[in-house]
Amino acid sequence: MKRKDGRKPGDLRPIEIKAGVIEQADGSAMVKMGRTTAVAAVYGPREMHPRRMQKSEKAAIKAIYRMAPFSTTDRCRPGPSRRSQEISMVIRECLEPALFLEEFPKTGIYIYVTIIQADAGTRTAAINAASVALADAGIPMRDLVTSVAAGKIGNDYMLDLEYKEEEVTAADIPIAYMPRTKKITLLQMDGDMTVKETEQTIQTAIKGCEMIYEMQKKALKERWDIKQAEKPARKEAVSKPAKKAKEKGD
Amino acid sequence: MKRGVKMSELKKQNREFVLPGEEIVNSIDYLPGKNCFREGNSILSKRIGIVNVKGRVISVIPLSGVYVPRGGDMVIGKIEDIQSSGWIVNINSISDAYLPLSGVREFIDTTKTDLSRFYAVGDVIYGKINYANSHTIHLSMQDPRARKFRSGRIVAMSPAKVPRLIGKEGSMINMIKDAALCRINVGQNGLVWFEGEKEDHVVDAIKLIEREASLDGLTDKVSAMLKEAK
Amino acid sequence: MILINQHVASLATKGQRADKRSPEEYRKIEVENNPLEKPEGCAQVRIGETLVLAGVKMDLGTPFSDRPDEGVLMVNAELSPIASPDFEYGPPSEESIELARVVDRGIRESHSIDLKKLCIEKGEKVWMVNVDIHIMNHGGNMIDAAGIAAIAALHNARMPELKDGQVNWDKKTSKKLPMQARPVPVSFVKIEGSLFMDPTLEEEQNMGARLTVTTKDDGNIVSIQKGGSEALTFDEIKKGFQLASKKSGEIRKLIK
Repeated sequence: MKRKDGRKPGDLRPIEIKAGVIEQADGSAMVKMGRTTAVAAVYGPREMHPRRMQKSEKAAIKAIYRMAPFSTTDRCRPGPSRRSQEISMVIRECLEPALFLEEFPKTGIYIYVTIIQADAGTRTAAINAASVALADAGIPMRDLVTSVAAGKIGNDYMLDLEYKEEEVTAADIPIAYMPRTKKITLLQMDGDMTVKETEQTIQTAIKGCEMIYEMQKKALKERWDIKQAEKPARKEAVSKPAKKAKEKGD
Repeated sequence: MKRGVKMSELKKQNREFVLPGEEIVNSIDYLPGKNCFREGNSILSKRIGIVNVKGRVISVIPLSGVYVPRGGDMVIGKIEDIQSSGWIVNINSISDAYLPLSGVREFIDTTKTDLSRFYAVGDVIYGKINYANSHTIHLSMQDPRARKFRSGRIVAMSPAKVPRLIGKEGSMINMIKDAALCRINVGQNGLVWFEGEKEDHVVDAIKLIEREASLDGLTDKVSAMLKEAK
Repeated sequence: MILINQHVASLATKGQRADKRSPEEYRKIEVENNPLEKPEGCAQVRIGETLVLAGVKMDLGTPFSDRPDEGVLMVNAELSPIASPDFEYGPPSEESIELARVVDRGIRESHSIDLKKLCIEKGEKVWMVNVDIHIMNHGGNMIDAAGIAAIAALHNARMPELKDGQVNWDKKTSKKLPMQARPVPVSFVKIEGSLFMDPTLEEEQNMGARLTVTTKDDGNIVSIQKGGSEALTFDEIKKGFQLASKKSGEIRKLIK
């Protein structure tokens, strides 16, 4: 069954991930899944304020998810909503198992994610961005965390639901997953499905996560692994001996 | 020792780029060092960095991250606040550091002297981390290298790359000092103070090192850049 | 971020800047039109490291009672914690309120939007135009970047379809907002007696005073805002007007 945007049931939307997009932050990332665009910034480890929120044996995570007023079809008022607060909480909880929090007791790791364009799957884009931003910031991690939503329309298990599909799917199941250890750190479901269908949907989402994982790694490599970026340039230098590449610092 | 056989077991070689969660080796013959962890038989990286294999210890040299203070480090800090028995110093780290009266060379009689005569809010100093734990970071100005900066410039760089700026036994930093005719004080917390004739050369060298810290031939590159810059 | 103030200040006494720019030089300004599809109009502006995103959303609403035949313009700014370790969520800070209001005044006083053309039914129904400014990275001079992003976004905007009294945001018409002007704010700071345009973050942290002058296409001044706790002389202000007139013309060319 062909989807409205021409995808096959097991296809992801076009995904773009970039690490290190916000200079002021300790770590940052932008993730586009179809038209949904999330920007995440990580500050930390830093002193945790207020004091009473400090944890004596490990770092405390503070995650705040917000949507820009111009991100939605009809403008959403700036500020927190119950939905954004719930999503902030699940983001924190799905990333926590991946972080070595014991290394920085009493500190805070601040994760800010803003959706600048919303078109379904906003929490999954937010988690993918936050995960890359955490690695970008040098926070010690067991693995990256990857997220995507899946559902079932008709007889097909659909990966990475887009806006209109969310309305007709039998269920909307976003997951967050640590691909190396195959651990699920977020699982939510809205809908009405048999147990078997639910398991199958989760399986579909897991496959999607494994694909996105490679893209997250690629984005981090592009930002940090200069050796990889240099390889083609070196070849050119060899074939054009007269010219010497002069780089201006930026 | 069958070293040849052991090397081939490494999934990621020495000086290879690695991401958090990536496996470096699957063997109980190795031990996890800094920024690595063991899971089952494998040793994996905790952070983005470069693999460093020293004998049987595998560690990862991180490419990013906030400065984590260690006793003995020289750091550059800014006085943020003055308290009754010491100063609060911003060292651009996880939290502020504390410089107690006992950390200052001169004897200060607090009943007679205003502490701001020594270090006022806004002053920038070069001091040593006396000790650091999860509760507190203590600075000291007793080290002969410690001082207050009255002029010059400060540039910030990634703390993870400071070792490259210093080089083996100070080889890189000395080369820059000579070429730029500048005095340079390097803070392990990623802040570098300098003053002299060709200050821009120092800035350019630092930018180059920041960009290419993980590559080989860095010393030659910096040396070439400094020669051309004349 | 820790900085050695002496350097910025000592350079300023000689009329020099840390990044080697001349006092009247702006960093590289980049304007990206409609980087996002969803808002009615949007623009992303980069000045040096400062990055600002502005989005325009429209809706139907009731006019103000004292202006029953005019559409309503509202400008809102978010200094996102993403953009700087000094920004926090919570009640709007003075800084964010000032920024929103300065940008608002520039657009309003220049009559950039012909609000009368946004009236659907006098006293009952008009178009509400919301300009939401989102700071994404704070590298200094957010006001200018925000002002440029806001007016560019308005000029990029296309009206959503209005059918049977209902707005359909998924369908954009080809009709643009009734725009009449392109106000551009130009800011500079005073450090140790020198005036520098387009301050970096370090320069703002060392400033004594700041002046933002917004001019419109014909060169008239439509809004002024002085900030900072030090005083400015009349000569300095006049110099500011002169610089603003010159520079705003160049910047205006980036707004289509």
